[in-house]
Amino acid sequence: MADLSTNFLGIKSPNPFWLASAPPTDKQYNVERAFEAGWGGVVWKTLGEEGPPVVNVNGPRYGAIWGPDRRLMGLNNIELITDRDLEVNLREIEAVKKKWPDRAMIVSIMVPCEEDPWQKILKRVEETGADGVELNFGCPHGMSERGMGSAVGQVPEYIEMVARWCKKHSSMPVIVKLTPNITDVRFPARAAKAGGADAVSLINTISSIVSVDLDSFSPSPSIDGKGSHGGYCGPAVKPIALNMVAEIARDPQTAGLPISGIGGISTWRDAAEYIALGCGTVQVCTAAMTYGFKIVQEMTEGLSNYMDEKGFATIEDFRGLAVPNVTDWQYLNLNYVTKARIDQDLCIKCGRCHIACEDTSHQAITHMKDGVRHFEVIDEECVGCNLCVNVCPVDDCITMETISGTDPRTGKPIDPNYGNWTEHPNNPMARADAAD
Amino acid sequence: MTGTSKPGIQAARLPADRLTDNFTDLHAPLTKHEAFIEADRCYFCYDAPCINACPTGIDIPMFIRQISADNPNGAAKTIFNENIMGGMCARVCPTETLCEQACVREAAEGKPVKIGLLQRYATDHLMETTSAHPYTREAETGKHVAVVGAGPAGLSCAHRLAMKGHTVTVFEAKEKSGGLNEFGIAAYKTTEDFAQDEVAFILDIGGITIENGKALGRDIMLDQLARDFDAVFLGFGLPDVNALGLSGEDAKGCEDAVDYIARLRQTDDLASLPVGRNIVVIGGGMTAIDIATQTKLLGAETVTICYRRGPEQMNASPYEQDVARTHGVTIRHWLQPQSLRHGEDGSVSAITLEYTSLDGGKLTGTGETLTLEADQVFKAIGQSPEDSPLSGVDLSLERGRIKVGDDRKSSHTKIWAGGDCIHGGEDLTVAAVEDGKVAAEDIHRALMA
Ligand SMILES: Cc1cc2nc3c(=O)[nH]c(=O)nc-3n(C[C@H](O)[C@H](O)[C@H](O)COP(=O)(O)OP(=O)(O)OC[C@H]3O[C@@H](n4cnc5c(N)ncnc54)[C@H](O)[C@@H]3O)c2cc1C
Ligand SMILES: Cc1cc2nc3c(=O)[nH]c(=O)nc-3n(C[C@H](O)[C@H](O)[C@H](O)COP(=O)(O)O)c2cc1C
Ligand code: SF4
Ligand code: SF4
Ligand code: SF4
Repeated sequence: MADLSTNFLGIKSPNPFWLASAPPTDKQYNVERAFEAGWGGVVWKTLGEEGPPVVNVNGPRYGAIWGPDRRLMGLNNIELITDRDLEVNLREIEAVKKKWPDRAMIVSIMVPCEEDPWQKILKRVEETGADGVELNFGCPHGMSERGMGSAVGQVPEYIEMVARWCKKHSSMPVIVKLTPNITDVRFPARAAKAGGADAVSLINTISSIVSVDLDSFSPSPSIDGKGSHGGYCGPAVKPIALNMVAEIARDPQTAGLPISGIGGISTWRDAAEYIALGCGTVQVCTAAMTYGFKIVQEMTEGLSNYMDEKGFATIEDFRGLAVPNVTDWQYLNLNYVTKARIDQDLCIKCGRCHIACEDTSHQAITHMKDGVRHFEVIDEECVGCNLCVNVCPVDDCITMETISGTDPRTGKPIDPNYGNWTEHPNNPMARADAAD
Repeated sequence: MTGTSKPGIQAARLPADRLTDNFTDLHAPLTKHEAFIEADRCYFCYDAPCINACPTGIDIPMFIRQISADNPNGAAKTIFNENIMGGMCARVCPTETLCEQACVREAAEGKPVKIGLLQRYATDHLMETTSAHPYTREAETGKHVAVVGAGPAGLSCAHRLAMKGHTVTVFEAKEKSGGLNEFGIAAYKTTEDFAQDEVAFILDIGGITIENGKALGRDIMLDQLARDFDAVFLGFGLPDVNALGLSGEDAKGCEDAVDYIARLRQTDDLASLPVGRNIVVIGGGMTAIDIATQTKLLGAETVTICYRRGPEQMNASPYEQDVARTHGVTIRHWLQPQSLRHGEDGSVSAITLEYTSLDGGKLTGTGETLTLEADQVFKAIGQSPEDSPLSGVDLSLERGRIKVGDDRKSSHTKIWAGGDCIHGGEDLTVAAVEDGKVAAEDIHRALMA
């Protein structure tokens, strides 16, 4: 049985599954239920400054998109940081940590962008015995208009400054939570590192409007006829988050910076992909909010099975294995030639591959052969794009086969050696190099 | 105790609430959520095989996609464009041998997309939520067409002609329109008053007048129609039920299945219908299945269908046979009726059947017999054409049915025909609707030429 325990910045947890800072971690009651269910740690719902807490809307705060069977694919929220009293939160954090010493207890914080409030809150958090802090630079709504959350996260200089204050005023590990609402996520990550942060976590939610009500013409969720943009999360955001994680993992300036991966994680497999891209722990919000805490049992069990099958004894054994395989387009091997192959025994003759290729790609799939309905790839036309594979409703019915020898499409021999764009004759830069 | 075991032919074998339950929808309509899930199963196939398998050629992937996109009325219009009786067809089509048989998911996993139920979802939605008829008539052409029979063939033809701007008069022998939709289709396939609602929906387009109680060959003559109208469409179905050819066939208890079903469809009180305790049905088609299942649902204790050939030769699809069996009907093969026995009061008491076998492709009796107790015997061995309505005009017939070409035109220049009364048809509601539509298009071409 694989060992799922993690040591992230010296913070130990029995498994890499943490609950992200959000409603599931807003109070002792929830967090204890989560720990009972088996979660390895939590990032407590973001705390603000001392004084009267923020208030949330009193109408609907979530919107969603669904699959046809109402499987929740994406969730949108306009919730703020905790609306509970700071003192109550701190008391509960302390109590829970005492009761559950083996679980990771990270506290998320967000206060105005001045040194004094950060110093004050850090001290209070440290007194609870929490294992670390996560700086919420990500919240895209409500708090950002007040100069906090993503308003800070979008300015690398602020990130660096605040991270530095936090390291100065506390001995706890500092995780900077990044917003995806930015053009190039490497800049805030570099800034966090420069400020001395111990790790980054990402992503927070993506600014979004999930839908517009076509009767009332209000965005949803609608609060008395009006809506405002919210933060998008859940399965739909995973691809975006994975790319951002990979960008940071392979950026020479931040390579090796510990990452806690967040965004759309719903199963062990999602988590394993984040770990393969270098994450030391993963955080989950929407999946828990959709199904409750019990899902962690599928996650730990699934991850453990996978590791056993692969012979990985610990998380470290496969962490980051995918990072070297993420590269820039220009380094992809242009001599790797594939053709689609249709397994005629599996094909159910729906014709989707044909029409997709015919209307929108390369006219490389038949729909008729000798007067009968028949779908077959025309190698002379197939560019190996994979569109047919993606639209085919049958698993493994269309596969991509690597070919060698002559490419029937170009009529030219396929170079057996690796060759990329940087040296391709059609690349003006490559020609310039050759002329030098 | 229910009255099921009372001997002889008895009304109210089951309490009223049981009867009501028994005759509700065979397949409950889909809810919106169910429709979404089912619609999502459709792959929106290219050159979809289901379209080719629908006799009316409905653009099935398109209407299903419209359901997915929460546009059920648009979906209904896609259906009505090809089949104005899309509502009835959704209820009565043997989809397992038509569109659903051709669905790629049938080949893939034996679970086709439930096209019929989705079609019902869309058409019901339109008919329940809008009062405006979905089509407007083209400008009046001044042409006047006579349609004989207000069944699926006649009404479909009339609607398409009206749409094209022609004026239509429908002559219908019965006081009620709808043909077998109203009098023949099993009660649990078309509940409430759907057949009449659909007739009203079709007539809503305008330009169509139905003259009920006017029978061709009795009140009106074909040669006269051909003279008085610009064109004539014949859609009078198949009136006569074949006889068994047994002595004592007219005894009490030996009944014609189609007549009985018509009474069942017209009654307001199912408990008033007398039904036997032990029933034997002779036949192997849809009518046999329907009478067997419905008499079982009325409370008969045993119902046995006897068919003279094997299961593969039955006109009723395996699915329909299953429907009957799950309702408790016994289906027996290789048995042909030989003689009826009568009780003291002269009514049927049993039927003797002879075993049959195929002898070099020819069906022959083996000489061995079997006697089944029966207080009611139903004849469901098909309807045969009646040619009397055609007197006065010389139309080419084939085995008593009207011969038509691909455009449903008869041998007479002004007469078209469709539905059960033509030769080579499939004897299905949907096929009759298609005939009416195709004929209307051809009549339109002929009249406007
Ligand atoms: C018991 C039974 C169950 C069936 N179940 C199904 C089913 O589940 N699914 C399916 O697809 N098909 C079924 N069918 C077949 C289907 O009902 C017919 O194929 C279809 O109704 C044919 O339509 P039509 O318009 O040709 O004839 P009909 O529906 O028979 O309509 C003919 C009309 O013409 C009228 N008429 C007759 N003679 C004259 C005259 N001389 N002058 C004026 N009017 C006249 C009749 O009164 C009737 O209204 C069933 C048939 C029967 C008998
Ligand atoms: C209702 C809700 C409230 C959230 N509140 C916070 C918060 O207070 N602080 C924070 O850092 N992130 C907050 N988040 C973001 C989540 O922690 C997480 O980054 C995001 O939902 C992506 O993960 P997921 O796809 O697993 O949900 C919130 C998310 C949701 C849905
Ligand atoms: S989830 Fe709970 S709090 Fe939220 S609306 Fe439903 S019942 Fe109310
Ligand atoms: S998409 Fe797949 S199943 Fe459909 S025709 Fe193409 S290969 Fe066959
Ligand atoms: S064959 Fe089946 S899956 Fe394909 S379009 Fe028709 S209903 Fe949809």
